[in-house]
Amino acid sequence: MAFKRSQILVCGGTGCTSSGSMKLVTEMKKELLKHDILDEVEVVVTGCFGLCELGPVVIVYPEGTFYSRVTAADIPEMIEEHLVKGRPLERLEYKEKGDGHHPLSINELGFFKTQKRIVLANCGVINPEDIDEYIGFDGYLALEKVLTTMQPVDVINTIKASGLRGRGGGGFPTGLKWQFAHDAVPAEDGIKYVVCNADEGDPGAFMDRSVLEGDPHAIIEAMSIAAYAIGSSKGYVYVRAEYPIAVKRLQIAIDQAKDYGILGENIFETDFAFDLEIRLGAGAFVCGEETALMNSIEGKRGEPRPRPPFPANKGLFGKPTVLNNVETYANVPKIMLNGAEWFASVGTEKSKGTKVFALGGKINNTGLLEIPMGTTLREIIYDIGGGIPNGKAFKAAQTGGPSGGCIPASLIDTEIDYDNLLSIGCMMGSGGLIVMDEDNCMVDIARFFLDFTQDESCGKCPPCRIGTKRMLEILERICDGKGVEGDIERLQELAEGIKASALCGLGQTAPNPVLSTIRYFRDEYEAHIKEKRCPAGVCKHLLNYTIDPDTCKGCGICAKKCPADAISGEKKKPYSIDLTKCIKCGACIEACPFGSISRA
Amino acid sequence: MKEITFKINGQEITVPEGTTILEAAKTVNIDIPTLCYLKGINEIGACRMCLVEIKGARALQASCVYPVANGIEVLTNSPKVRKARKVNLELILSDHNRECTTCVRSENCELQALAKEIGVSDIPYEGEKSGKLIDDLSAAIVRDESKCILCNRCVSVCRDVQHVAVLGKVGRGFTSQVQPVFNKSLAEVGCINCGQCIINCPVGALKEKSDISAVWKALSDPTKTVIVQTAPAVRAALGEEFGYPMGTSVKGKMVAALRRIGFDKVFDTDFGADVTIMEEGTELIGRITNGGVLPMITSCSPGWISYIETYYPEAIPHLSSCKSPQNMTGALLKSHYAKTNNIDPKDMVVVSIMPCTAKKYEIKREQLNVDGNQDVDISITTRELARMIKEASLRFRELPDEAFDDYYGESTGAAVIFGATGGVMEAAVRTLADILNKKDIQEIEYTAVRGVQDIKTATIDVTPDLAVNVLVGHGGKNIDYVMKKLVAGELDDTHFIELMGCPGGCVNGGGQPIVPAKVKMDLDIRAERAKALYDEDAHVLEYRKSHQNPSVIKLYDEFLGEPNSHKAHHILHTTYSQRPKMV
Repeated sequence: MAFKRSQILVCGGTGCTSSGSMKLVTEMKKELLKHDILDEVEVVVTGCFGLCELGPVVIVYPEGTFYSRVTAADIPEMIEEHLVKGRPLERLEYKEKGDGHHPLSINELGFFKTQKRIVLANCGVINPEDIDEYIGFDGYLALEKVLTTMQPVDVINTIKASGLRGRGGGGFPTGLKWQFAHDAVPAEDGIKYVVCNADEGDPGAFMDRSVLEGDPHAIIEAMSIAAYAIGSSKGYVYVRAEYPIAVKRLQIAIDQAKDYGILGENIFETDFAFDLEIRLGAGAFVCGEETALMNSIEGKRGEPRPRPPFPANKGLFGKPTVLNNVETYANVPKIMLNGAEWFASVGTEKSKGTKVFALGGKINNTGLLEIPMGTTLREIIYDIGGGIPNGKAFKAAQTGGPSGGCIPASLIDTEIDYDNLLSIGCMMGSGGLIVMDEDNCMVDIARFFLDFTQDESCGKCPPCRIGTKRMLEILERICDGKGVEGDIERLQELAEGIKASALCGLGQTAPNPVLSTIRYFRDEYEAHIKEKRCPAGVCKHLLNYTIDPDTCKGCGICAKKCPADAISGEKKKPYSIDLTKCIKCGACIEACPFGSISRA
Repeated sequence: MKEITFKINGQEITVPEGTTILEAAKTVNIDIPTLCYLKGINEIGACRMCLVEIKGARALQASCVYPVANGIEVLTNSPKVRKARKVNLELILSDHNRECTTCVRSENCELQALAKEIGVSDIPYEGEKSGKLIDDLSAAIVRDESKCILCNRCVSVCRDVQHVAVLGKVGRGFTSQVQPVFNKSLAEVGCINCGQCIINCPVGALKEKSDISAVWKALSDPTKTVIVQTAPAVRAALGEEFGYPMGTSVKGKMVAALRRIGFDKVFDTDFGADVTIMEEGTELIGRITNGGVLPMITSCSPGWISYIETYYPEAIPHLSSCKSPQNMTGALLKSHYAKTNNIDPKDMVVVSIMPCTAKKYEIKREQLNVDGNQDVDISITTRELARMIKEASLRFRELPDEAFDDYYGESTGAAVIFGATGGVMEAAVRTLADILNKKDIQEIEYTAVRGVQDIKTATIDVTPDLAVNVLVGHGGKNIDYVMKKLVAGELDDTHFIELMGCPGGCVNGGGQPIVPAKVKMDLDIRAERAKALYDEDAHVLEYRKSHQNPSVIKLYDEFLGEPNSHKAHHILHTTYSQRPKMV
């Protein structure tokens, strides 16, 4: 391997790619060639760094200089200044808020400082399309150790002792799951399957996507270990087709692993054989439910099946199957390499290790982060997330996406782990974390999530198919100012009925956002229903626009901007709004130079 | 087999391993409500009506698919269970077109019955309704999405029992619907019109295309001679609509009712069945002796005919060229009967009462006519006849037992068993054996071909020199199995095959009275109804062999000449052609 004096890491995650990071790579190579230093400097496309808000992100080593929001036009200057002249280009360096003008290197940034990266350790560090880089960072060492020095039952015991729980949302102990599949007696053909659930569907979540994009070999390695543990030789990764970069990199990784003899027959010269295939999902949220996912792989409609039989006994194609989520798998090689005690030393009593979250909503540092279990919501929002934009007040955070609930400001010091979240009517979920501020209406939020789940219901069982629709209809009428006395109770009754009787996790958890917002923000529901008022000023039908006659100068700008011809008046006299025509778009408020128009 | 012991409502019971909670509950007289459940066919746990509480389990569980386990404690009637079932049912009803008073399934609707059982008195969650489309383009089947509750029974029956699979779920969430592919009409896809979807639908979302009003109109037209014929399986099931136990033959009262409804003549399709045996038996002997295409396959069932024309057109040469008994009867009425009674066939209306919905499609086949006169003009189902009897204000149970009209009302035991799977085969063999041995053989009950097993095969020594290999199959799944083998050349040693489109044959046809899934859980209606036919064969009719039917003998003597004669071919035989899977 040739010696390089510098490495430029360019984020190739979906966020940065969308904002043009691949163009930067072309530009960099052109400039390096121009300066004749292309053989001295290496340009590496990596997985997601996490700070998506600031993309495209570029890091130059050995200095660890962190450049943010880089454009193609910046490249000639950056190459010349930093790599030819040897002085970082200060104007592009990320300056953490609140910290004078001294630029920080990546490891000093608040965003990274509080994190503990086990799952994301390689993301943003290695080139995911190069197996040698993965191997260079101890890749496949765990598999070699497992295959050559451990019995399947030792592997399972190690996972059990580590305390690893399913990261897909349910939190079922992974070791136990493997034990069940290990103990399951296969049919005469001896077939068992290992499946990876990469059908990440929560709105705004991109944890699994980033792992697959940034460190695909980790999943191959982990699935191989799982296969060895349960006695399987065939695996499937079910990934949604909307993740083209993840699919591409995973396929490259599989091909490379096959070339290296890490997938196939006689792996590491043992008699263990394992083959892996990708199956594309068409993007139905319900296919993240394990039994629906298996139906989909089998070529059937993505509808959940009743359990029992559980997948460990009768899963994919009716064979014993282990099915874990991407993030769960990503922990496995690290556990096998560093030991169960090491892993169990991170986290809380019942929730070991770390959790990756996709942080979004009203937050400064939108992005991907990994924290030890037990970190408080406050640390996530203020230390890592950089707080709420525009000085607004924190109102609540939604975890678990459409299956979860909200954590109100009063519980901001809750330590995040599986059981604490459950106890406050929330759930860990797969890791979507949406921050809401004072401008968010909680009834509207509940309506948003219900709209999502009722749309994504597979339609198999009535409580989910019809129940979520009826709940949505009630929420819609509340938001439209047509709520009636008893609607809250009706919602609660329906919610309890659906939770108790829906066939799968999607339906059983669909009412959670409603129940949790009623629990913590009942007053907002009541204001909508009884006073026909939306306290956050979100629900359009409950807002009225008025022009203050005392401050209106009669300039007529608002009337010109109004798309519904709802504003009229004589020049230089106060204008007025015809509420029967007003569509409440807010264009007039933005247009008024005197701040005379208000919404209430 | 291993035994499992567990508690249900506090009562300890022991059942074989693999039993579901639903089945186990029945053994101690606990009747858990079900809706989507169809034993052996649609066990998917979808409707959530059979929910039970299992101590320690997070959510309620569907008892229809939950296998019992040692030590579990099940509650089938806890407040939580009752509440959940009720909310579910209220939700289902909130998305159902509740025009019960005018619904064809009123009083025989599993949803209606459940609403009563669970005690739903109002619907607290009214809202938008999902299903709007009515598909009535098919000749036989009407699909009404506004009543569909997405129980999936029709989908499973069509796919797994009939191997037709023209119905599937499309869309998702609240917009999910059961539809043929690409939202086409049933008339545009490879539907064989068997109607198994109808008799397994718990509600009125699937029904036959009713032709009752056309019958009433014909009856009220003084210029028309309206003649009715009834298939054998009708008498075996019609009584169920009037409170008779399953398997009771109501032939006499049925004839009396038809006469009082106003038909000019009441004839028996069994007559046509006897003629069918004469023609088909002769055709088979001809094929065996002249090296024709074998195995030869029966052609009585229009569902089966559509199946082969759609899915195995390459095997059409194996089909007997005989028209079905319904059409033989119709064709003879429009030719022989018309001539002997001096009626212009154009002034005749031949109505058939069939256990079948596919017959509605069959009568419209352009091949099925005599000299341009359609063999059968209107075909209605057993269910439609029951409705007509009610519309005619007849007290069915009090009617006298009457006999069919002469000549075309005369039939044999061989013909009546046509209504059960294996019946055509047995009838044919009875006649073949007699004719080839030139004597009246007394051992005529060929039990090897009776019963509801999937596939029945037998080697019958018809004469000392001729052993005939026969095979009997029924229902699309078995048909598909047989045809795959046939096409692969694995049935080259078989001479004669009987195939019927519906499982169990005509007694379980798509036009028969609808039996709730709950009843079907304990009772094989195919076998129960067949009993009535075998009983009539053994104990009621004078003759038990088609060639002994005096009227049939007369018909050949006076009109047709020999079986398979030129005239017989002209009137009683037909042709087939490939049918597209989709238009």
